[in-house]
Amino acid sequence: MLSAHGLACDRGDRRLFSAVDLSVSPGEWLQVEGANGAGKTSLLRMLAGLSPAADGHIEWEGQPIGEARDDYHARLLYLGHAPAIKEDLSALENLQTAAAVAGRPLDEATAIAALRRIGLKGREDLPARVLSQGQKRRVALARLLCSQARLWILDEPFVALDVAAVTQLCGILDEHLARGGMLIFTSHQAVQLAGSGTTLKLSAATPPRAGAEAREVAA
Amino acid sequence: MNAFIAIVRRDLLLAARRKSEVFTALFFFMIVVSLFPLGIGPETAMLRRIAPGVLWVAALLAAMLSLNRLFAADHQDGTLEQMSLSPTPLAVLVSGKVLAHWLTAGLPLVLLAPVIGLQFDLSARALGVLMISLLLGTPVLSLVGAIGAALTLGVRGGGVLLSLLVLPLYIPALIFGAGAVEADVAGLGAGGHLSLLGALLALGVFFAPWAATAALRIALE
Repeated sequence: MLSAHGLACDRGDRRLFSAVDLSVSPGEWLQVEGANGAGKTSLLRMLAGLSPAADGHIEWEGQPIGEARDDYHARLLYLGHAPAIKEDLSALENLQTAAAVAGRPLDEATAIAALRRIGLKGREDLPARVLSQGQKRRVALARLLCSQARLWILDEPFVALDVAAVTQLCGILDEHLARGGMLIFTSHQAVQLAGSGTTLKLSAATPPRAGAEAREVAA
Repeated sequence: MNAFIAIVRRDLLLAARRKSEVFTALFFFMIVVSLFPLGIGPETAMLRRIAPGVLWVAALLAAMLSLNRLFAADHQDGTLEQMSLSPTPLAVLVSGKVLAHWLTAGLPLVLLAPVIGLQFDLSARALGVLMISLLLGTPVLSLVGAIGAALTLGVRGGGVLLSLLVLPLYIPALIFGAGAVEADVAGLGAGGHLSLLGALLALGVFFAPWAATAALRIALE
């Protein structure tokens, strides 16, 4: 279970959000919503342990994620804005390398099966540079099919996908939740997922910090 | 360990797909070294004296050429994020990247040096010492360069800043590397210089990956 209390995020002098509480239990999803610039990606990066929180603390199975870092990262799959795809490598090589770096090497047959299931049949050996934007996203999403991570943190997973792929991705997410996995994601679309879940709204309307305000008055 | 091998393999594969980047640095090395005999003229005594320094300086500059791309591409496409989320410590993965950098940018210089060293009328023995000094010294260039590349990651105009930051740190390797060949030519024996180069290498292998990792974590935040 992942829980966070009193999270806050600063960008320069602005406080993007503060006092954010959340918790995700096995089989549950959490959708983070908010306008552009509300701090959705910042929140997800914080939860993944990529950047420190300005305030508050995050716990994985009751332990702060900073202390249980290796254990936490072994159970986490994070897909960010940048899809981490190497243009000069083929879809297959990309998937296999990503899996090996994440500590779970994939044999070729499993990797090819995952790529076929995600709709890249016949394109396994093409360099990623000739794939379309949506196909590149699919290469990144193929990692979900091979992942045994308990917690998935996905930043805009539905972006650049066609209707069929969105439906397929929803199916993959449902399977993950049915297995007792946890899911945190951002999306501007309304998504129908099985299982129980909550929506967290980040509002950018929180006032700037006292220091910044004073400076504005002085100016 | 699997992740380490995967990173080395991936970077070598990427280098093989982009051969031009590897060959640019190699040709740069060859041309810079070849300009000296052409500019100075066929005075063998003079050429023999300047050879170690010229070869070493050219090797430093050639190794610098590919440094600013060491982490920049990974940073841009999100691979660096994924590396820092790996259960394998980031320092181990950074070591893998440094090893791959040396294999593509350092090792070819070591193998090429005796061939282009012939232009300077160096004896076979001196060429051998030159090769050993480069073999010990070029990994130091990759290791120290990785710290500089990590520190300047995401900085605008980082390429020039990287040179200003890293070249002074290359001075010890340059002094002992070129010094080894000079000492051997003078009949003093190169052992002392080579042991000091080896000590630099040992220090670099232990500390440079940690220093580069710390700098990368700052860039990632």
